[in-house]
Order: sequence, then structure tokens, then C-alpha cells
Amino acid sequence: MTELPFSFPPSIEPFVLPALYIVILVAVFPLIAGYIVLLERKVMADIQVRLGPMRVGPHGLLQPIADAVKLLIKEDIIPAKADRMVFWLAPVISVVTALVALSLVPFSKYFFVADTNVGLLFLLSITSVGILGIILGGWSSNSHYPLLGALRSTAQLVSYEVALGFALIGGLMVAGTLSMQQMVHAQLEQQMWFIFYQPVAFVIYFIAALAETNRTPFDMPEAESEIVAGYHTEYSGFRFALYFLAEYANMVVVSSIAVTLFLGGWLRPFPNVRLLDFLNYAPILAMFVLAFFVFLGASRERRPIDKMGLAGLGAVCALIGLLFLVPAVLDWVQGLFWFVLKVFLVLYTFIWIRFTVPRYRYDQLMRIGWRWLIPLAMANVIVTAIVMILF
Amino acid sequence: MPESILNGLFFYVLAVVILGGAIMTITRRNAVHSAIWLVVTLMGVAGLYLHLNAEFLAAVQILVYIGGIMVLFLFVIMLVNLDEAAKQRQFNRQWSLALICTLVVLVEFGFFLMRGAGSFAFAEPGQGALKPNTELMAVALFQDYLLPFEIASLLLLVAILGAVLMAKKEI
Repeated sequence: MTELPFSFPPSIEPFVLPALYIVILVAVFPLIAGYIVLLERKVMADIQVRLGPMRVGPHGLLQPIADAVKLLIKEDIIPAKADRMVFWLAPVISVVTALVALSLVPFSKYFFVADTNVGLLFLLSITSVGILGIILGGWSSNSHYPLLGALRSTAQLVSYEVALGFALIGGLMVAGTLSMQQMVHAQLEQQMWFIFYQPVAFVIYFIAALAETNRTPFDMPEAESEIVAGYHTEYSGFRFALYFLAEYANMVVVSSIAVTLFLGGWLRPFPNVRLLDFLNYAPILAMFVLAFFVFLGASRERRPIDKMGLAGLGAVCALIGLLFLVPAVLDWVQGLFWFVLKVFLVLYTFIWIRFTVPRYRYDQLMRIGWRWLIPLAMANVIVTAIVMILF
Repeated sequence: MPESILNGLFFYVLAVVILGGAIMTITRRNAVHSAIWLVVTLMGVAGLYLHLNAEFLAAVQILVYIGGIMVLFLFVIMLVNLDEAAKQRQFNRQWSLALICTLVVLVEFGFFLMRGAGSFAFAEPGQGALKPNTELMAVALFQDYLLPFEIASLLLLVAILGAVLMAKKEI
């Protein structure tokens, strides 16, 4: 915990920082989710050799804001024969569970809401409650496609949760703890990211995570070309936005678990090698490089308003870079920088896979889950156990 | 606020959640609504476990009961024709028998409330095995009580095989 410049009464002191972090997360996360959507659209455009959103703001940078405003002022339609209470409740369940799950993510050594001794287990249980939002949303719409989407989603999530759990057990056996912070410390002590001890577990976890978050090639619950939009076909406006938010929050959560357990969490690469200590200054460098590219972009813009906007963004980047020069700030930001960088690399892989791999058929999905992933994950646990006993 | 008042408050809030959820579960006409209230009840029970410092049990309660069993419940309920079920009589007519049973339980409760805590003999917590720690739980399950654990898992396996056998038409 960082030292606060002023003190609170001892009875509420342990709750002050976590409460602050919760407020930050809940306030900032929708914006981040919006920009992940923009990233997704830009990467998709890049893969499909086009430009993607370019109109709203320079390079479409304000597109998420425009999307959000559009969703918020859209008409809120509830189907006449829908179960109104459940229809209202379902997206709330999805969003609340997804945001609660964020509270257990160790963003850095200092920036985390809670670190419990059953952290990972609790994360899994919270995300499994999130399935209820999808099922109830699909059922309460009282319509065929949503119901089909909900049924598919249930079967898929129940199947892949087993493989996911077994893959995580492989990593947990090496880590020897369920606490998310302790996992990172274990990787620091063993001087090795667990992906090198548990490559099979990581691959299984990654595939199962794709299925858990309904991402292509496992996006059966919302396959546009088959069942319109799956479980959220009947949702519009704000409620749809909630589902969207929950989906992206879940993506961030599963990526965070992958990063924490397998990719060294908030540690920088090779944290024990003194020779590479200059990597500690990477956040400063990143900000200045970012500022440089933004200024370069600003000089190429035609419209003066775009020029000014980008120049302002560049100035903000440079200022943040200057702020990072303060050692205390750099120390605080250090872990967060590496964690976010790794999470976004995983997210980028998610997006990359989405636009390069076609969707599986339902029976193929089940076959992969039950015949390949689960036995492989079990074998991985057994082999890991034997190796750990022998050596 | 003193710790004891806060503890009591948590307990009573959770008790209200659990009992309210349970009552709603059995009085709803719609099976999906019943399932949702059952989820609320199970959440309350998980909260009680947390309240008793049994974090592992709380997490497993949510993971297994809400994330697993309730999801499968809903999966089945969605396949059932709910309109027909809603027309059927919700409660059976054996209320006189039920009343007698409830009265007996009520008298028992009243008796013990009058006697106070002294009438209960609480078992001493076993050596480490009952502590809510994940490692201790693992030691208890996989070392101290390995045989009962394996027998239970074998029973479950038999049950699974039986279910598959009944579901499959040709083998």
C-alpha cells in the first residue's frame, strides 16, 4: 500500500484506497471498453485492408464517444410479450458480475481492490454467475433466436468451464497459491513466467477463454449469420450497451487471469536481470514515443480542428511522460504499465483470431471441448503432478 | 461501529435474504422466477460462509451451486413448456399434515430458545481439518480423509454412468 499524505480514522482506513480504486475502475472502464471496441474495429479494418472508422475525430478517435451517445439516446424497446422483470434484470447481472470480477484483478503491486486467499477461485465463481445474465436475457426476450443463443451459450460455457478449470489447475500447482498477488510474487521468486512451465495449460486456457467470452471461432451464442444476434437480439439502446460492456469486461478479466497466472502479471520482462534495469524506464519512453507519433500525425492532418485535437493529445502524452520522470510516480506506474501492455497484447490476439479463423459448427465445438481439451488438460495436471513429485 | 453490532447486522441481513429468497422460490408461479430467487438464496448462504471466514467454501458454493447447478436448472426449465406448468395447481392439499409437522418444529424451536445456548453441545473443531484454509482443506480431503473422499467420488462416477445409461437409447 502506498502512504497517504493524510490519515483517516483507523476503523475506515483499510477501506479508503480500495473504495477509491473501485470508483476509478467503474468510472474509467466503460471508456476503456469503448476504446477496445475501436481497437477491434481498427484491427479488423487493417486485416481486411481498409481504414475503419475515420470520420469522428482524427483517425476516428472519438468514435467510441459517438457510439456511446448513440446507444444512450436510442429508444429503449422491450418486446410486448417479454418477461419485463427478468428482461430488466439480465443485463444488470452480466454487468455487475463482470465489474465485480475486475475488483480481483491485480493491476499492479499497488493498484488492486482486493487480494483474497481464494482470489482466482472467486474470480471463476463470479464469472460463472455472469452466465445467468446471458441465459435469462435469452429466455426473457420470449423470442426464438435469443432462446437459441441462450441454449447454445449455456451448453458451450458449461462444457468449456471444465477445460478452463483444469488448465488453471496446472498453473496453480506451479504457483502454489490462489491469491492473485501471490501468483505474481511466485513468478518473481521462481524467476520464470509460468507459461514456460505450463505451455500446454496456457494454450488450453487461451482456447477455453475464447469460448468463455463468446469470441470467434466459438461465437455460437451470437452468430450473426445464423441466429441474428443470439441472446441479445431483442435488446436495444442502453441495455444492449450493458451487455456490450459486460462482454468486453469479461474479455479483460480472462486476459488478466492469463497475464497474471502465465505471463508474469505486473512484472517487467526478466525482473531479476540487473542488466535490463533500463526497462524500468519503458513507461517514460512509451509516452514520449506516443507523443512523437501523435505530433507526426497532427502535422499530416488537413482540417485545423483535427490538427489541434491531435496536437493537444500529443501534449497530454508528453506531459504524462514528464510526470513519469518523478521516481515515485514511475514506481507506481511501473507495474500498471507492464500489466496493461500484456493484457492488450492478449486482447490483440483475441481480435486477430476473430478476423482470421472461421466459426466452428456446434458439434465441432463440442468435440473440441470434450474430446480434446478436457482430456489434454487432465493429462497436463497429472504430468505436472508427477514431475513436481519427482524433481 | 463496534465489531459485534456489525457482525450481528451482517447475519440478520443475510438471514433475511436467505429466508426471503426461499419463500419467494416456493411461491412463484413461474419456474424461471423460482430459479432466480433460489439463486438469491444460494448467494445468501455463500455470504454466510464468508461471514464465518470460510472463503473457500463461499467461493465453491457460488461456483458449484450458482455457476453449475442453477445454470443447468435454467437450461432444463427453458426447454419445458412453462404455460402448461403455470396452469397446474401450485400447492397440494395436504396442508393439515404440513401444519402438524410445522407445529412440532415450532415447539422444538421454542423449547430450545427457552433453554438457551447451554442446551447445545458444540463439537470441538478438529485438528486443523475444519479451518477454512484452502491448503488445510486439501490436506484434509486428500490425506486425512482420502478413503471416504475416493468412495464419494466413486459413488458420483456410478451415478454419472447410470445417468448416461438411462439417457442413451442404444449402447
